[in-house]
Amino acid sequence: MPSRVPANTQADAVADGSAAGASLRASGWGWRHAGRAAWALRGLDLAIEPGERVLLLGASGAGKSTLLQAFAAVLGGADEGEEEGELTVDGMPPASIRGRAGLVLQDPDSQIVLARVGDDVAFGCENLGVPRHEIWPRVDAALEAVGLGSAGSDAAPGRGSGLDRAHPTSELSGGQKQRVALAGVVAMRPGILLLDEPTANLDPGGVEEVRDAVAGVLRESGATFVVVEHRVDVWLEVVDRVIVLAPGGGVLADGAPDAVLGARGAELAADGVWVPGQDPLGGAPVRTRERTLPSHEPASVPASAPELLLSTHDLAVARMPGRPVASGIDLEIRSDTATALTGPNGAGKTTLALTLAGLLPPEGGEVSASDALRAESGHPDAPTPDAPRSAWRPGRRRPRAPGPDPLSWSSRQLLTRIGVVFQDPEHQFVTGTVRGELEVSLKALGLGHDEIAERVHEVSDRLRLGSLLAANPYTLSGGEKRRLSVASALVARPRILILDEPTFGQDSRTWAELVRLLAEQMRRGTAVVAVTHDRAFIEALADHELVIGGRSTPTSATPTSATPTSATPASATTASATPTSAPAAPE
Amino acid sequence: MSVLTPARATGRITRINPVAKLAASLVLSAFLLVTIDWVSAAVALALESILFAWAGLGARAFFRRTIAIWIAAPLAGITTLLYGVTDGQIYFQFWLIHISDGSIALAIATVLRILAIGLPAVVLFATIDPTDLADGLAQVWHLPSRFVLGALAGMRLIGLFLQDWRHLELARRARGLGDTGRIRRFAGQAFALLVLSLRRGSKLATAMEARGFGGDTVRTWARPSTFGAAEWLLVVIGAAIGATALAVATVSGSLNFVIG
Repeated sequence: MPSRVPANTQADAVADGSAAGASLRASGWGWRHAGRAAWALRGLDLAIEPGERVLLLGASGAGKSTLLQAFAAVLGGADEGEEEGELTVDGMPPASIRGRAGLVLQDPDSQIVLARVGDDVAFGCENLGVPRHEIWPRVDAALEAVGLGSAGSDAAPGRGSGLDRAHPTSELSGGQKQRVALAGVVAMRPGILLLDEPTANLDPGGVEEVRDAVAGVLRESGATFVVVEHRVDVWLEVVDRVIVLAPGGGVLADGAPDAVLGARGAELAADGVWVPGQDPLGGAPVRTRERTLPSHEPASVPASAPELLLSTHDLAVARMPGRPVASGIDLEIRSDTATALTGPNGAGKTTLALTLAGLLPPEGGEVSASDALRAESGHPDAPTPDAPRSAWRPGRRRPRAPGPDPLSWSSRQLLTRIGVVFQDPEHQFVTGTVRGELEVSLKALGLGHDEIAERVHEVSDRLRLGSLLAANPYTLSGGEKRRLSVASALVARPRILILDEPTFGQDSRTWAELVRLLAEQMRRGTAVVAVTHDRAFIEALADHELVIGGRSTPTSATPTSATPTSATPASATTASATPTSAPAAPE
Repeated sequence: MSVLTPARATGRITRINPVAKLAASLVLSAFLLVTIDWVSAAVALALESILFAWAGLGARAFFRRTIAIWIAAPLAGITTLLYGVTDGQIYFQFWLIHISDGSIALAIATVLRILAIGLPAVVLFATIDPTDLADGLAQVWHLPSRFVLGALAGMRLIGLFLQDWRHLELARRARGLGDTGRIRRFAGQAFALLVLSLRRGSKLATAMEARGFGGDTVRTWARPSTFGAAEWLLVVIGAAIGATALAVATVSGSLNFVIG
């Protein structure tokens, strides 16, 4: 059985704990995905020595993920794409020494394989043929290494901050999931740790959690380390080398972090990399300057007082009926203002946003639209779309304003009043083309052809989607998908725009575009409500911050369960929230 | 506790290898599907009832888990009663409905048979942990680990699909498509879910591959799955109940072969 020979040597190599760093080489290497005309990477020459810690940067589409997957031997065979040149780990083709490289990917939900923490961590060891009696000590050690150790065995299951081996993986936070995934890789004792944007989907607490866990693992194991991440500051303390890939192939810059970032900082920032000290907005505030009133007068009311659009009274929200996640929320949403909803994961921010949007029923209290919002049938500066419509199709749309509860509105009535941008853009794609996405709401509104064409043209121009109108939404890049999801909500010109984590995982370029675009919308009178963890976003845009308190942790539900904090004190409008009675679920 | 991670309790039945439960249930069903008569089903049900007491499942849990069968069995019985093979005296007749000696006997046999096959299956399966079942299928029955573990990992995605579906639904309302065309919307949503699930699936496959899954290496198993005396005993009990039921039916002359 020839196939067993490398298997055993591999298991032995892993078993004797020789987890010293591996070396990586690429010479003239390139990869083209099957069915693509362009090479993802080409002509790459690269050498990474054992124990080096590398941050891999490059513009979106430079092939960073492809390179990591190649080192981890998960790119697939000849039917998945075409390879040229040579790529080795420890001088061998990666596929021949599976397990030498451990890879952790971006999406926490897709990283977990099995239903229980211990089983999941053991999964990689099993696949590598590690003998059973060695697996469980390795699992415990790996969980310990990522800070999830229960400091006990079967005899004393799960006490303290750690996780029991039998803990269901479905009950982990995003940061914990990524740490469990990391532990699964660590238990394989790889010579190289490859991370592909491991923190892009995590809140700030989760980011630190994972970063610290990785740093600890590297200290202990001495493994070589390559991380792809466009938030440079997260990994700066951990890495000792930065490599920048050039789009289309080759290396753009390579060296010590300070040197590379110093020499190439501006260039990298222009490509969307978050370089510390480089402001994506170029130092120009997007909002305060545009305000009509003279600044330095925090208490004064703007000349045209923002109009009340939506308010909540003693609102309780629930993902599932009967199980409120946040309550006692009093909030006012006014035109021309931005409200940030912040707080830890699971606190109910998204649920609150969806309730405000008239998509979920309140669990208690009420959401009520002001007369201004109810009467509204389009954006203030919209060229009165009503006239041609009502003439064209009389009786289809009642001129009468809907009731005060957004939940009772028809889907079409919502469109021009409250627009929603979901956290995952793919959830809101309903057609096969970018143009279709932009048109679908306008068609639902019954607008005429010319009007539709004009609006689509305007918004696609503004959001750089003009050249993509015929493309399938699912094939777009992450940044493009986000821009499209925002555009498809804006095209209906809602008076309130609600966004769920609009800047999650975005590069700095898309980020700046979003911020400028939202500021522009607010100038037109739109109210913006954003669920976010992004401090820079809040500082750039928000007038108010509503902190939704942690759930089921009574100790942390100190006075600030839901505290109105003024992010930009220049504003005088009011958004208030009383503390949520955090774990008050009656069940 | 989700379906994927039921409490690994210490009850007698819980500790038995899931593969044995599957086998016992299959063997029992095989016997009971040979004939359709009320005697064999009644005998099997009577014998099983004694064993249920030992299964380590409380009365409440027992009825809660088997409620579907208690509902399904009478429904099937009524259908058979109304439309079953007409034989002997006819008591009631209306259009296609004939209630006769034959259909009454068949209805009783059907109800008892569904209970006799369904109840033990639910009791046995209710205590199966999917992870343990996968271990058993791969280690005891030597099914290809690629498929077994692939399916197991895939099951974890079901919860995510439910969540996706909810968001797809809300998004359609938010985008102005929630008022009309319910059927078309459903189809579109189903397609979107298919696309999302394929993506999730391929991401999961990559993550599994990154942990050495699907390589040439001979896999080891962190959790041993053994087939010992207790497992054999359960299979033998299943076979014995089935055989006894058939024997009694044969002796009493009520045997009524399904085929033939």
